[in-house]
Amino acid sequence: MSDQERTLKFHILRYNPQIKGDTPTMKTYEIKEAPGMTIFIALNEIREKHDPSIQFDFICRAGICGSCAMVINGQPDLACRTLTSKFPEGEIKLLPLPGFELIGDLSVNTGKFMRQMSERVESWIHDKYAENVDLCKLEERMDPDTADEIYELERCVECGCCVSACATKRMREGFLSAVGFMRLARYALDPRDKRSDEEFYEIMGDDDGVFGCMTLLGCQDYCPKDLPHQTQIAYLRRKMAMIN
Amino acid sequence: MKVIYTDSLVIGGGLAGLRIAIASRQRGYDTIVLSLMPAKRSHSAAAQGGMQASLGASIKGEGDNEEVHFEDTVKGSDWGCDQDVARMFVNTAPKAIRQLTAWGVPWSRVKKGDRQVVINGKKVTITEKNEAHGLITSRDFGGTKKWRTCFTSDGTGHTMLYAMDNKAIELGIPVHERKEAIALIHEDGVCHGAVVRDLVTGELIAYVAKATTIATGGYGRLYAVSTNAVISEGMGTAIALETGVATLGNMEAVQFHPTAIVPVGILTTEGCRGDGGLLLDKDGYRFMPDYEPDKKELASRDVVSRRMTEHIRKGKGVSSRYGDHLWLDITLLGKEHINKNLREVKEICEYFLGIDPVKEYIPVRPTQHYSMGGVRTKATGESPNLKGLFSAGEAACWDMHGFNRLGGNSVAETVVAGMIVGEYVADHCAENDLNIDTKLIEKFVRREENKIIKLLNRDVGENPFELRKEMQDIMMDKVGIFRNGADLAKAVEELKVLNQRAKNIALRNRISTSNPELVEAIRVPKMIRLAQCVAYGAMLRTESRGAHAREDFPERNDKEWLKRTLTTWSSEDNDLPEVSYEPLDIMRMEMPPGSRGYGVDNTVHHPDTEKRVAEIEEIKTAHPDADRFEMQELLNPIEIPEKFKGKNERIGRGFK
Repeated sequence: MSDQERTLKFHILRYNPQIKGDTPTMKTYEIKEAPGMTIFIALNEIREKHDPSIQFDFICRAGICGSCAMVINGQPDLACRTLTSKFPEGEIKLLPLPGFELIGDLSVNTGKFMRQMSERVESWIHDKYAENVDLCKLEERMDPDTADEIYELERCVECGCCVSACATKRMREGFLSAVGFMRLARYALDPRDKRSDEEFYEIMGDDDGVFGCMTLLGCQDYCPKDLPHQTQIAYLRRKMAMIN
Repeated sequence: MKVIYTDSLVIGGGLAGLRIAIASRQRGYDTIVLSLMPAKRSHSAAAQGGMQASLGASIKGEGDNEEVHFEDTVKGSDWGCDQDVARMFVNTAPKAIRQLTAWGVPWSRVKKGDRQVVINGKKVTITEKNEAHGLITSRDFGGTKKWRTCFTSDGTGHTMLYAMDNKAIELGIPVHERKEAIALIHEDGVCHGAVVRDLVTGELIAYVAKATTIATGGYGRLYAVSTNAVISEGMGTAIALETGVATLGNMEAVQFHPTAIVPVGILTTEGCRGDGGLLLDKDGYRFMPDYEPDKKELASRDVVSRRMTEHIRKGKGVSSRYGDHLWLDITLLGKEHINKNLREVKEICEYFLGIDPVKEYIPVRPTQHYSMGGVRTKATGESPNLKGLFSAGEAACWDMHGFNRLGGNSVAETVVAGMIVGEYVADHCAENDLNIDTKLIEKFVRREENKIIKLLNRDVGENPFELRKEMQDIMMDKVGIFRNGADLAKAVEELKVLNQRAKNIALRNRISTSNPELVEAIRVPKMIRLAQCVAYGAMLRTESRGAHAREDFPERNDKEWLKRTLTTWSSEDNDLPEVSYEPLDIMRMEMPPGSRGYGVDNTVHHPDTEKRVAEIEEIKTAHPDADRFEMQELLNPIEIPEKFKGKNERIGRGFK
């Protein structure tokens, strides 16, 4: 942390679709940098001291909940854990995540997209006996390593960075995207989910699914949780290609 | 006027709220969840270390059962909890965790054979049994006799919330996102739903329901530095208070977590210490054994937080530009363990502190973390004063935590209360008709509408962001870890002034649609009133119990204070809440008050304690053959929904 105080320039896209006739513009705000300052801290200061109308989403401010993804100097990332000291020039340009419905300024509707994704991939354990599990009895055993591997894939926070970094998604509106593939890979790995490969094929075996991916792997590059998108997409493809 | 009807309205999309919605739907009732954001972003996701349930599969959990979990929970609460509720909770927790297993949580599992762990600063090899292989494992946490905290690495809350929300999606439960309940609709002691503001369009919508459940989490953001998410502002609790009818319980009971990072207050899990991490001072000296030779770093949270503060006051803190702090040392756990079981902690250290916890110490200090207080409910989760209003999770004072919550008991409460209260919510839906005069709905919607119009029309007035900051600083400085009469009296007076000023808020951004300043202006006056409940309750309670530590009244005083604080706010014109008390009946306690085993026991005992102890001895002598289940039935018979009554199986002991 540097003790030298510098002035930061934030260039922020401003647009409120709720106001008739409003047009998107870039506005610049100057604030003094504080030690350890994150974009979370900076944006709140801008809202409180300069412009109370500015919209953005933070919940946990600890890199856990995935609310605050935005495009920071051209790259999608979680704003809450991005330190301003990362930018030596002191100029920070913030845009809302592309690929999602805009709510206003830096706030986008990831919730709607993710709910639809979850419904599409049926993001839950498929086991017709699960509801009849006797809760008094010992739980079903699981291989400890398998449990750890599932957790690896479940660390996704649905922030949307992979969707916004995906060129295929830009070309194909209905493309499932890495977040959906990761979810499918997670359930395909889980022995509790009884879906067959054929059933998974029904969900992702087309060009809007895993065969549409152009393997540009923006998802891999920009995932804030460093999830193994490349490996998992390859794994799903191979698995799906084996179905005839 | 837009009106939406449902059977079971749930305000809050975290673990507790979703679980209640699921129970409603599974029993065949229509349900809607209201959430400020996508449900998967709720603060439940931030729970790292784990969920307590006495499964006893790991070798260090062997011998664990409901009795041991009950004792730990009651002791942890400093005997301030409702023992009926604590009982319902510990008996149901194993079922809750097993249900979540079926719903997809990838709990970390027992691996048979030797593994190296760190206990009391030393490497020790423990051997897991073959027959436990593949069952849910557990780690050590503060204030527990056994290793009882089940976990998924240190992303436990995340995996629980994802499984829960996915289950809700499977059941087709609608979550109405970016909706904020700003008032409850009620008349003649019956709650009929809520007035809800759409945070995008600004539209006011009446949600009318047979049962309304508040599951909006805690009120940590009343404090300037808190581990809580920025949405943990106590809004559900506040709208219950504003009915003037519903009571809040134990609002002064606020927990400070020992290890949040400095300065931003983000949590590092208790699992760090549970797994063997140590607290060190400026000289690199491990000080906790000097204060608590028995439990050391793994004393209850309130105790560790106070000891750390005492040690800092002795000049042993590490000074920094953000004030003094101490060190959390997890370097001794090794890279492999940190990468696997403390990876969220590692990420937080890397991103926010720029350090590698495998090699470097983490700067920590006690920070506001949990609200034991909240909407007072009966054991069924329903408000005793406002029929049809339910509450669960951190928002509620169901009261299994009393004056201090054990680590790992919070996410456990959310899902257990969700299960139990969910059944009572469904019962309520079965037994009641939706019967409401539309004029009543209109009255409440118009009232809120007028408040907003007034706010938007005022030309000159107070800045809501500044009011919040002043409130947060008062709470930090005067209603913190150690409290005293003089500071608390000052806090109460200063908050009174803020409450008056908050009636005169004016906005710079005067639009009624998506407007963060308007959101702030609606919330801040509510938050100030909650802060008044906390400060005033703390001032009146002239004893120390659990997290409520009075320097001027250091003893726990069962004789005068074994009672729950109840708070109402009957009129908007009032300057202060009304406070009354509800005694805890020792003669009905399964576990009469005793010592928690920390520091010097200076408890002023209640005369009933001795009586009850003798009575329990008599009951035990009269039933020499009673097993632990029969004994519990004799000492603490509880009501529990039929479907959760069965005994819990454990490895090596069956259902015994």
